[in-house]
Amino acid sequence: MSENGTFFEIRNLHAAVDGKEILRGVDLSLDRGKVHALMGPNGSGKSTLAYTLMGHPRYEVTAGEVRLNGENVLEWSADERARHGMFLAFQYPVGIPGVTLANFLRTSLKAISGKDVSALEFRKRVREEMRNLRMDESFATRYVNEGFSGGEKKKAEVLQLAILRPQLAILDETDSGLDVDAIRVVADGVKRVIGPDMSILLITHYENFLRHITPDYVHVLSKGRVVASGGRELADRLQEEGFESLFAELGIRDEVEAAAASG
Amino acid sequence: MAKVAQEIVPSDYQYGFHDTEDYVFKSKRGLSREIVEEISERKGEPDWMRQFRLKSLAIFLRKPLPTWGGDLREIDFDNIYYYIKPSEKQGKEWDEVPEYIKNTFDKLGIPEAERKFLAGVSAQYESEVVYHSIREDLEKQGVIFLDMDSGLREHPDIVKEYFGTVIPPADNKFSALNSAVWSGGSFIYVPPGVQVEIPLQAYFRINAENMGQFERTLIIADEGASVHYIEGCTAPIYSSDSLHSAVVELIAKKNAKIRYTTIQNWSRNVYNLVTKRAVAYDGATVEWIDGNLGSKLTMKYPGVWLMGPRAHAEILSVAFAGDGMHQDAGAKVVHAAPHTTSNIVSKSVSKGTGRTTYRGLVKVYPDAVDVRSNVRCDALLLDEESRSDTYPYMEIEEEQVSIGHEASVSKLGEEQLFYLMSRGLTEQQAALMIVNGFIEPFTKELPLEYSVELNRLIQLEMEGSVG
Repeated sequence: MSENGTFFEIRNLHAAVDGKEILRGVDLSLDRGKVHALMGPNGSGKSTLAYTLMGHPRYEVTAGEVRLNGENVLEWSADERARHGMFLAFQYPVGIPGVTLANFLRTSLKAISGKDVSALEFRKRVREEMRNLRMDESFATRYVNEGFSGGEKKKAEVLQLAILRPQLAILDETDSGLDVDAIRVVADGVKRVIGPDMSILLITHYENFLRHITPDYVHVLSKGRVVASGGRELADRLQEEGFESLFAELGIRDEVEAAAASG
Repeated sequence: MAKVAQEIVPSDYQYGFHDTEDYVFKSKRGLSREIVEEISERKGEPDWMRQFRLKSLAIFLRKPLPTWGGDLREIDFDNIYYYIKPSEKQGKEWDEVPEYIKNTFDKLGIPEAERKFLAGVSAQYESEVVYHSIREDLEKQGVIFLDMDSGLREHPDIVKEYFGTVIPPADNKFSALNSAVWSGGSFIYVPPGVQVEIPLQAYFRINAENMGQFERTLIIADEGASVHYIEGCTAPIYSSDSLHSAVVELIAKKNAKIRYTTIQNWSRNVYNLVTKRAVAYDGATVEWIDGNLGSKLTMKYPGVWLMGPRAHAEILSVAFAGDGMHQDAGAKVVHAAPHTTSNIVSKSVSKGTGRTTYRGLVKVYPDAVDVRSNVRCDALLLDEESRSDTYPYMEIEEEQVSIGHEASVSKLGEEQLFYLMSRGLTEQQAALMIVNGFIEPFTKELPLEYSVELNRLIQLEMEGSVG
């Protein structure tokens, strides 16, 4: 599955939050410029993986390795990871009162690229991307995520993705809470930035999203471990049959019923 | 009468921007009837002012130190110079300003106030205004903008009518002190119906060791007039403490509007004890925009007395207390007339061992019906040892009113910090961004230059590099 000179490698990753182990030996390799979908029932550790990869202080790595282009990611603080080209689109982005989206974007771009973009150039880019995402211009002067609906928050995350152009974008359930139209707009937004220079780790609960963004690889997470990997046929199969039959085949016992109920 | 003039003793540089004390006159340390008489005589004041000063001195000596607020016990009143006059003549053009004074402004990074944004600049150095200029069209409109000494000299009738009417000497110990030894400050009178478009500004600073600053400002906006005054000051560091005790009186007559903006970052040894108060008549509006970043201890409660129906008060303040600093600030609004409104927003940030206190009063007199008042005080604590207290007082003696109060205390959110760091900002940059966002309701009211300077000052404070 991985080409030589792995772009992003997760090996035997164990992580705990509040003393409770959630990731129990995740092994995953991501290829440059490819879309990897990560699916799994609730509680499997998808968001934990996302936060751990990005370096959230509450998530404690107890074992394992994460390497980006061979370099040790776990050594870096969250901001260093961002500056090395990692990005996380949050599932529930937090609000920053008093800070406009434009100001935040510009400061972030400067911090990551190390350069200051001209005000004119920057405004042009932002306007264009906002148009593509069907975001009203007024959002640029609104405070980050304050009073934004769930859908607007997700769009704001994809806007940041489009402006910051990371090497690796982890999208944590970017499709959740969106209506049909918004899903299409957001998916298009993501597709626009996908390219040979950007890999995507698409964490999703809903097979539906994968109709809009075709993954190159699909991985299944269960109880803190990757238990299956495949091509897009795996996604199709999960769409048809759900997780139960796959888990039965693999001899895994998982609380899929609970997951299905809360699905 | 015995003279108390002293020789000038140039003192050595202690710190980056401290000039040789090239003063024409410097009074002895300490306070006495003799010194007060000397001050009045040197200024060539009318007798009523001399009497006013002497009466105030008696009140000052009689009154005890307040037992609330910050710790004032270390102020050594006998060890302060109460009057210094840096030059004999007052210049009218920027070119005439003594070089060493201009250098001081440069070193302190006073924003280069472009001429077109200024109607006139009144720059106070030590206790006296040395440079002063009024643009021609201000003069044409009949607007008076002078230093307080000149104001008294050239417009004694106006001054006599209003001086001490908003803040009587007996109001508190420090207004009494100021009333006895005041020097410099601004005097502004705006005639009826005149809107002064451009903000009027003044600068001053403490330079000499143990120098007290007692400027006195009086602003009168006559009926239907409007004016915006900006005050911003800095001071270098000294090993012994400096005392700054200003008095600012504002009078907004019927339908007039006064906005008074302050950004202060006194160095960490200064006691900054200020009495600022406005009286607003029918339909008038007074806005205090008050930013306090420095000083060892600041005690300042901008107040508005709403005396006529439909008058409005807006008090927006920001306090930032770094290590070892105490900002005891707040607001006072008195609703003495019906249909009056007030809005108070206080934002305070404490860092390290810094301490901020909000102390406010909303008072509504009986028969002041249909009053609407809202107070919002938010505190942000940056470190474990940081501290914030709130003492909101409400004296509401009328039932048909709407009074609101909201308060919050918070720390830097872990999720907010992580979110910003995940976007490439270092932890320090993220904290700074959150703090700037926190005080944004205040910052957006400032002219651009000042919001830039405020952000720069906050950044220096957050980095701990401000002395």
